[in-house]
Amino acid sequence: MENNNNHHAFIHKSYSSPKNNERDIVIALAGNPNTGKSTIFNSLTGLNQHTGNWPGKTVTNSKGYYQYYGSNFTLVDLPGTYSLLANSQDEQIARDFICFGKPAVTVVVTDGTNLERNLNLALQVLEITNNAVLCVNLLDEAERKGISILLDKLSTELGIPVVGTVARKGQGLEKLKEAIWQLATKKISTSPIKIKYSQEIEEMIKMMTPQLEHLLGEQLAVRWVALRLLEGDETIFNSIEQYHLAKQQLLEGAVALCH
Amino acid sequence: MSSEQQLPLSALTVGNKGKVMLLLAEGALRRRLLDLGVVADSVIEVIRVSPAGDPTAYLIRGSLIGLRKKEAHAIIVNPIQ
Amino acid sequence: MSLTIDKLQQLKLLSQQSQLDSDLVRDQIVSEIYKKSATIADKVILKKPHKKLDLDTKLDDILTSRIFGYPIMLLLLGLVLWITVTGANYPSQLLAKIFFGGQEQLTVLFQYLNAPDWLHGILVLGVYRGLAWVVSVMLPPMAIFFPLFTFLEDLGYLPRVAFNLDRFFRKAGTHGKQALTMSMGFGCNAAGVIACRIIDSPREKLIAILTNNFVPCNGRFPTLITIAAIFFGAAAGAIYSTYIASLVVVGIVLVGIAVTLLTSYALSKTLLRGVPSTFTLELPPYRKPQVMRVFIRSVYDRTIFVLKRAIVVAAPAGAITWLMANIQINGSSIIEILAGFLQPFGLALGLDGYIILAFILGLPANEIVLPILIMSYLSQGSMLELNSLAALKNLLVANGWTWLTALNLLLFSLLHFPCATTMLTIKKETGSLKWTALAFIIPTAIAILVTFTIAQMARLFGLL
Repeated sequence: MENNNNHHAFIHKSYSSPKNNERDIVIALAGNPNTGKSTIFNSLTGLNQHTGNWPGKTVTNSKGYYQYYGSNFTLVDLPGTYSLLANSQDEQIARDFICFGKPAVTVVVTDGTNLERNLNLALQVLEITNNAVLCVNLLDEAERKGISILLDKLSTELGIPVVGTVARKGQGLEKLKEAIWQLATKKISTSPIKIKYSQEIEEMIKMMTPQLEHLLGEQLAVRWVALRLLEGDETIFNSIEQYHLAKQQLLEGAVALCH
Repeated sequence: MSSEQQLPLSALTVGNKGKVMLLLAEGALRRRLLDLGVVADSVIEVIRVSPAGDPTAYLIRGSLIGLRKKEAHAIIVNPIQ
Repeated sequence: MSLTIDKLQQLKLLSQQSQLDSDLVRDQIVSEIYKKSATIADKVILKKPHKKLDLDTKLDDILTSRIFGYPIMLLLLGLVLWITVTGANYPSQLLAKIFFGGQEQLTVLFQYLNAPDWLHGILVLGVYRGLAWVVSVMLPPMAIFFPLFTFLEDLGYLPRVAFNLDRFFRKAGTHGKQALTMSMGFGCNAAGVIACRIIDSPREKLIAILTNNFVPCNGRFPTLITIAAIFFGAAAGAIYSTYIASLVVVGIVLVGIAVTLLTSYALSKTLLRGVPSTFTLELPPYRKPQVMRVFIRSVYDRTIFVLKRAIVVAAPAGAITWLMANIQINGSSIIEILAGFLQPFGLALGLDGYIILAFILGLPANEIVLPILIMSYLSQGSMLELNSLAALKNLLVANGWTWLTALNLLLFSLLHFPCATTMLTIKKETGSLKWTALAFIIPTAIAILVTFTIAQMARLFGLL
């Protein structure tokens, strides 16, 4: 799309500085479409949010605020996506924010009635960041369909905290805020599951790692970038460039403001 | 001996199921289909057709997904009971 | 830390060194992730036989059926519009009363302060009236339409609409999801344009953006409803007038939809040629919408939006209009001069100079077109709340209106250029001045063509 760069810069500028002030903890809210993600967003932030100029859930792009245990949280509601493999602009936006926006915690909201398909996104998120919490929503619908989920076992399998919610009834939200807070303040740590690919792919990753570490330093998950390069994702270069451009501009802007 | 009959998904009618063998789609469509769960060994069930005749709604990995004939044509399945 | 161009190039080189077929790698990656999802899901999910699927299936059986699918869609459209129209009636009148009362207080205050007439004119008769009109006319319909829309969305019905209509949109060279962006456009065209993000193909997205304008937004509804009620509804008597008015509005909406499809087709064969993209739309399970929550949230959001717009657009527009109506040059007000200049053009379109001027001045926001028009006709130099439709009708007829004028006004309102907010949104979404300009030119050209043709034909066949 011809305006990709403009759009990216715009997104990055708004996503890079969503906070009220520097001490705010930034939380990303990701998930498939139709998971009740917006309900969770609305429930957590109440009326403390900038919504876009439309209330429809087809496209959301909002930030909201809430407080917990004396800390200020900024919640960024990412577009609902099926995956983060950058097929569409929405997916790119979501992926870029989780990867480059460096939220303290990424919450992946999943649909309890369709967990298998939803786990797809969760596993992709875990390839980008270790700081994630899984929220299994719509548990009332699941129960109505005769589905019950072993949340503790799921947590063990994934290696991250898992909280069950019925957002429309307000159930489980306190536990969710608690889990987010614990992870954000490093009271707990995660050891997320990592997916192993075929031998050829793993070998290529091993080969590319040293140079990637040198190029990217501490900034990005090396393994994740390697996988993107191997699968021919062309948007990754643009995103890295835009992110660093935006960061550069922010730094320059911050410096200019001080004078 | 198992009969590995191969059909495009578009050939299946409402109420029938097929197991994904092969994906003929390329590029963006391929990636989109993969993301929706059209991977090898997935079972797809034909649920209903639009009143206009196209697209058709398929049950893929627990979700109802609408696909046009052209897209369903690119998914090769092995019909099962 | 900044990444130099050099490092980026090194990254690109590195990726090119891979000896693996990237498509195969992608397949593998996705397959592995799905396999893992399936494995984990197997371990943690306990499933008992269920009955709920039946309700979803039964609903879909009806809503996407050959017999009921389309009539139900049409009915729902009519119902939503009718509820918006009738539901907004009383609150609008109430708000108008409150504002009018406020205006009296303000006038008293100005007199008490011995403020000069022109100041009272600009601030009270211009700015305040402008604000008052927009809020009392725009807020109620918006506060009703958007919750209704969100309700349908939450329910999960809207993807079924795309599912039912996709074939027609595909034949028109675009995508079924455009039905959804059009639905959004009913509330606000700017919102409709943003909703076009759900369309993946850039070409089809652009078509959807350029044609979104042909769906009348909440800002245009009051104009459509009022004119429809006066000229077409009044003929049926008081009881039926809202039904007839709604019917006429539905008719206009259908015209808009037809124009959308035709224009999409034309665009897809000329400026925006290309191959149809892919469909892949999820039909989510039906969910019970949280009525109260949706309602409160929507009303709150819409109130903020309308208030903002009233302050930013309507207030200045009110001031400017008052000035133009009251500044005299050689014995005529600016408005009279401009309207006179536009008169020949207006007449050719079956309208008049004042109407054309009102549309031009209404560029910032569609909802101020009618008040500006009324004010121009009254040439009393300020926006007036006409307390009865009958009085309004008399005013229009006294200024030469016929059924042709009313019809063409409805059509012109439907088809003409988008409001400034929408155009700014288009510029932001497309990043292109060229397409924004086209988004202005194409609808306007169509509006002129249609009204001109109808006017000429009506005169030709002596229907006047």
